[in-house]
Amino acid sequence: MNGSATLNPDVLALDCAAEVERITRWMIDAVAQQLHKRGLVIALSGGVDSSVCGALAVRALGPKKVFGLLLPEHDSSSSSATLGAQVAEQFGIAYRTEHIGATLEAIGCYRWRDDAIRAVFPAYGDGWKSKIAIAGGAEGRVNFFKLVVQSPAGDISEKRLPIREYLQIVAATNFKQRVRKTVEYFHADRLNYAVIGTPNRLEYDQGFFVKNGDGAADLKPIAHLYKTQVYALARHLELPDAVCTAMPTTDTYSMQQGQDEFYFALPYDQMDLALWAHNHEVPAAELARCLGIDDARAAFIYADISAKRRATQYLHARPLLVEAVTELAV
Amino acid sequence: MEDIKAKVRAYIMDNFIMGGNAGQFKDADSFMAQHVIDSTGFLELVTFLEETYVFEVQDDEMVPENLDSLDNIDAYVRRKLVA
Repeated sequence: MNGSATLNPDVLALDCAAEVERITRWMIDAVAQQLHKRGLVIALSGGVDSSVCGALAVRALGPKKVFGLLLPEHDSSSSSATLGAQVAEQFGIAYRTEHIGATLEAIGCYRWRDDAIRAVFPAYGDGWKSKIAIAGGAEGRVNFFKLVVQSPAGDISEKRLPIREYLQIVAATNFKQRVRKTVEYFHADRLNYAVIGTPNRLEYDQGFFVKNGDGAADLKPIAHLYKTQVYALARHLELPDAVCTAMPTTDTYSMQQGQDEFYFALPYDQMDLALWAHNHEVPAAELARCLGIDDARAAFIYADISAKRRATQYLHARPLLVEAVTELAV
Repeated sequence: MEDIKAKVRAYIMDNFIMGGNAGQFKDADSFMAQHVIDSTGFLELVTFLEETYVFEVQDDEMVPENLDSLDNIDAYVRRKLVA
């Protein structure tokens, strides 16, 4: 930014038509020339990211070369499968619903998670709901996580999660993303298709994905776009209103949970601006002015962005080798 | 009172450094700035302090001033044990 410009939401403005053209040309080249596959598999959650990726895939390759998957489990919101199906119908693609709840039960996902929750709240059981909320970093404290539970009567309690229980709950819920990706790759293998990953820039940059879960993919067509820009594309691509207006959730825990509660310091539109500002070396005071927060909080948010990048670097890394196998162009 | 810094340094060396090359940090060095401990690591450190010294770290005590160097941890633990 030069000295006379001020930070404002317009920095995220996107020429949607041009961007759609750019991404779809790239997708054709990626699938045909680089990956040598015949089409694309897209898991549709009903959320804006997967819906936009699906729309772009259909624009690029046509509906006959895109296969959709709806992958609900026991904690999924009922609206996600409904919206996912609506989007698939709008695209005119073949799609299949595979409920992964039984698989997750068999592999112990819910049991490991609930055991860890009961270590903190012994009364937790049938009819209870739970979620995790992040705290600390945006206020200058060390990041930590709170476990929030809701009894069948509706009473809500929360406690800071000790490290062992936190890691166990995250590991258990990571099964969901990893099992979904296993199903996606099964269908990709049988169809000789490539698998789309759907992280937006905020998620990709800040490591908000599961290694070998939703982090696994053959191509990631919106990883360079801020969430705000993904919503702009959704409107441009004329996706259903419910997709274009829904707030980002994790759809992973049984209690409704925003992504900002779980992982990010701010709601997505403010987080986008903070990330953009950080990337363009905008002074923290300018971010503070733009977001209506104090300078100290803006500085903590910048520090939190850097800290999350460092802490999640391993999620992006290829396996480490003792020495490179130089014959491979990887 | 036992040598708190020595005990915590030994824990950090064993749990995070594991005999690697990054083990040389001074008592006043910031773990965050020197990238000795990441965000998950701080949660492990908190559990170590709670179990070793038998006190509870309150949410509002999870701040760099209490946890982000051996000097800070030493002062924080001494205050908690006296309280």
